[in-house]
Amino acid sequence: MYVAVKGGEKAIDNAHALLAEERRGDTDVPELSLDQIKGQMGLAVDRVMGEGSLYDPDLGALAIKQAMGDLVEAVFLLRAYRTTLPRFAVSTPVDTAAMTIRRRISATFKDLPGGQVLGPTFDYTHRLLDFALAEDGPERKESAEKTDEGDGAAMTGPMPRVTDLLGREGLVERETGSEAATATDAPAADLTREPLGFPAGRDVRLQNLARADEGFLLALGYSTQRGYGRTHPFAGEIRMGEVAVEIVPEELGFAIEIGDITVTECQMINQFAGSATEPPQFTRGYGLVFGRSERKSMSMALVDRSLRARELGEDIVAPAQDEEFVLYHSDNVEAQGFVQHLKLPHYVDFQSELVLVRALREEAEARRREAAE
Amino acid sequence: MPETSHQDQPADGVPKDRAEWMGLLARAPERDLEAAWQALAPNLPEAGTGEYEFLRAPEQGLVMVQGRAGGDGNAFNLGEMTVTRCAVRLADGTVGHGYVAGRSARHAELAAVFDGLLQTDRWAALVTDRVILPVKTALGMAKAAKAAKTAATKVEFFTMVREQGAGPE
Repeated sequence: MYVAVKGGEKAIDNAHALLAEERRGDTDVPELSLDQIKGQMGLAVDRVMGEGSLYDPDLGALAIKQAMGDLVEAVFLLRAYRTTLPRFAVSTPVDTAAMTIRRRISATFKDLPGGQVLGPTFDYTHRLLDFALAEDGPERKESAEKTDEGDGAAMTGPMPRVTDLLGREGLVERETGSEAATATDAPAADLTREPLGFPAGRDVRLQNLARADEGFLLALGYSTQRGYGRTHPFAGEIRMGEVAVEIVPEELGFAIEIGDITVTECQMINQFAGSATEPPQFTRGYGLVFGRSERKSMSMALVDRSLRARELGEDIVAPAQDEEFVLYHSDNVEAQGFVQHLKLPHYVDFQSELVLVRALREEAEARRREAAE
Repeated sequence: MPETSHQDQPADGVPKDRAEWMGLLARAPERDLEAAWQALAPNLPEAGTGEYEFLRAPEQGLVMVQGRAGGDGNAFNLGEMTVTRCAVRLADGTVGHGYVAGRSARHAELAAVFDGLLQTDRWAALVTDRVILPVKTALGMAKAAKAAKTAATKVEFFTMVREQGAGPE
């Protein structure tokens, strides 16, 4: 039986007005501008762009403002917005070896060509609250040191990846498709166009992980380190910086660059004993995410490697190796939707359950009385 | 595409081809392009190129950005980015295109107009001089400043004895 329920419109309107008021907060305090969010809450903007799978710092800042800093809600807003725009092109794959480096470290080689470049990092900070930041007042001097131009120039040239250096010795596996002979790219699968299917190709998995919830990936990556599908990882290389995005518009017929985006890349190097067909060599896990997000790119690389269990002939015994488990639960837009749908009216469902429980109780009561007589 | 007069032997910093100047126009701050346009526009009508019409009015859309597994393997879809495109026809018939990251209609329009002018024999040198080279210089300086700050964070290890074979080389 369906029961038409009307009403509530007034309450909803008022609830939204109340939300707007809460969003604005104390009106004696100046309102946040998008430039302030973009410039001073940049890592939040990066996370929203990454999980929202839409690179646009202005929209990321707007989403954060509208969502009152609720980043998962902000991600939802970006995902909804992207559906309103037509797709003009698919880029040629970005070349991370040509990245303008702003950070680049390796935990496996101290003296790698190009060097260890720390960049703007939380590492080595003491994680003590800095009360100087709480004080209003004269602008603090917070400009960074510079080297002379010659040293700086080394940051803008191509910088070889650690995996390329190891690959020359054949000690680390080559990526499928990395040899020139196989470089004719089949079109990559696209989760925004086709639903998830299993077994999932590496392209599907990487796209899913790139826009996955950071917390979910972090916990899964951590679980592999604690023994649930151990992969013996080393952070071969982590790099962050700007890469050019290139497209080939049909009407032009040649490649043009439309701008640069900031990305973080992680090359995880993992142990592997070898198999019947492969000599002993290191295997690889890969992380690539929009913006500055080292924690997520590392987590992604750990989980990517774990999800390769099937192709590497490893036993699938842990959650991080189970592609259905990982890929179906990694998306926070889907996850929050299904969890939060429990708030929607289930009056009729619940009514029928209530009737059932009452009937069961009456039966049980009747049996108890019969047994007592 | 009409040949520009300087393509055979580019002078210092002059874009070697159309792709390069389109990349510079896409990265240029919109306010710089606007200022350059305001300064140049009064000179253009006499040559019949000051007027232009939209072949395609500025339009916002998406580009799916791809990466490669492991950096050099098979392609995968990383995520989308916003882009705005525009096509104009100058009064002399030259068609200019603009494709710029982000959602600015005006930026895409200016990029398309300058792309058109840069293809004309008459205006290529002037637009290169007044628009492209200053943009290239400014972008290069910003990049160099960033790189110099980054280079200052490069670790210099002090070891008593340099280990042999510690690196991959």
